[in-house]
Amino acid sequence: MLIGTIVDGIVIDHIPAGRGMELYGYLGLDKLNCEVALIKNAPSGKRGKKDILKINEVIDLNFDLLGYIDPHITVNIIRGGERVEKRHPDLPDEIRDVIRCKNPRCITSTEQEIQHIFKLTDRENRVYRCAYCDTRAK
Amino acid sequence: MRSLLDISDLTVEEIDALIAKAQDIIEHPDQYAEKCRRKKLATLFYEPSTRTRLSFEAAMLELGGSVIGFSEAQSSSAAKGESVADTARVISCFADIIAMRHPKEGAPRVAAMNASIPVINAGDGGHNHPTQTLTDLLTIKREKGRLDHMTVGCCGDLKFGRTVHSLLGAMSRYEGVDFVLISPEELKVPEHVRSDILNASGVKYRETESLLEAMPELDVLYMTRVQRERFISEADYVRLKDTYILTPDKLENAKASLSILHPLPRVNEISVAIDADPRACYFKQVLNGKFIRMALILMLLEVE
Ligand SMILES: [Zn+2]
Repeated sequence: MLIGTIVDGIVIDHIPAGRGMELYGYLGLDKLNCEVALIKNAPSGKRGKKDILKINEVIDLNFDLLGYIDPHITVNIIRGGERVEKRHPDLPDEIRDVIRCKNPRCITSTEQEIQHIFKLTDRENRVYRCAYCDTRAK
Repeated sequence: MRSLLDISDLTVEEIDALIAKAQDIIEHPDQYAEKCRRKKLATLFYEPSTRTRLSFEAAMLELGGSVIGFSEAQSSSAAKGESVADTARVISCFADIIAMRHPKEGAPRVAAMNASIPVINAGDGGHNHPTQTLTDLLTIKREKGRLDHMTVGCCGDLKFGRTVHSLLGAMSRYEGVDFVLISPEELKVPEHVRSDILNASGVKYRETESLLEAMPELDVLYMTRVQRERFISEADYVRLKDTYILTPDKLENAKASLSILHPLPRVNEISVAIDADPRACYFKQVLNGKFIRMALILMLLEVE
């Protein structure tokens, strides 16, 4: 894939610099058979640097997850070489089964088949806390 | 169907209603003796806490209900590896309400998500213990006749003391309550309590290391235990431990109307010489704990 020449696919732009690889893992991009490119530390007017993910296929994205990483992320849907849609994710009120609680005393560390739920408790500072033990997500 | 997992699940109005109900129970116990007839409370205690468990059981019995359950994980299906979620589903078939104590934080929430009956958090590790806070509030209300416009001193381990944190949260919702936080530097309230409770509510508070200095202005003194294992060095513990032990001489400059509370069990942080002082409320607190649990069971079972 030539960077920048996607015909049908998705460009996830304005990812905070350094978090592209993390997002790659969260979105399960390693499991895709299509071409995927991660661009690190691309110059960004707004913030100096950014990461970019290019996926050569239009897949279903977990927008809650993108919003959790950073609501300033831009998702561009490309069809026939043209951008047909541009979206910003919302800051989700709740995220499920994306991140795990780091508190070793939390019930999520021992209970089997439990949903890992984090709730937005402070929108301004984008603070998420474990729904079970209230430990702050890192 | 509701559960009580965290004291902040209750509005101030609901807390006031629970306290009013408890006071009515105290005045008219006979009227409540049959309220929960044929209803069963399941006390699921994955770690022993005899006092809390007996308080719940006595509460249900005094409402005319009955009690089933276990008092330690070894004697339960948890020992065979059953999940909290499955236990909650199973117990929902037998009982009408659950009181759960568990060493893992958030376990009662897992139970509430899977049970078809109300769940009361009877203590989940160092996390929450809402019925202790309700007990403290009922005690203050009965002693003072109000929950607003007073100065509350919290003394001892304010860093790890969950009862203090939730008392601060609950009391900061009432008007005109000031806090004096009395602790050694090492055991001051943690940052999240400062930002999420004290600063968020805009309540007036000050911090001091001296119990003696704070004493004259206090209307309520909430004592907690300073544990040896919380200190980095033995020398620091020895240097500070006596400072936070309440003895009769420290009460010399206290108000005559002071109310001394302690979540119990105490080890040595309140001298037994204080027990006879009319300002000591910690044994009354135990009794209040039963009454507020009665009120809570009625509320969650929607019994009028
Ligand atoms: Zn947790």
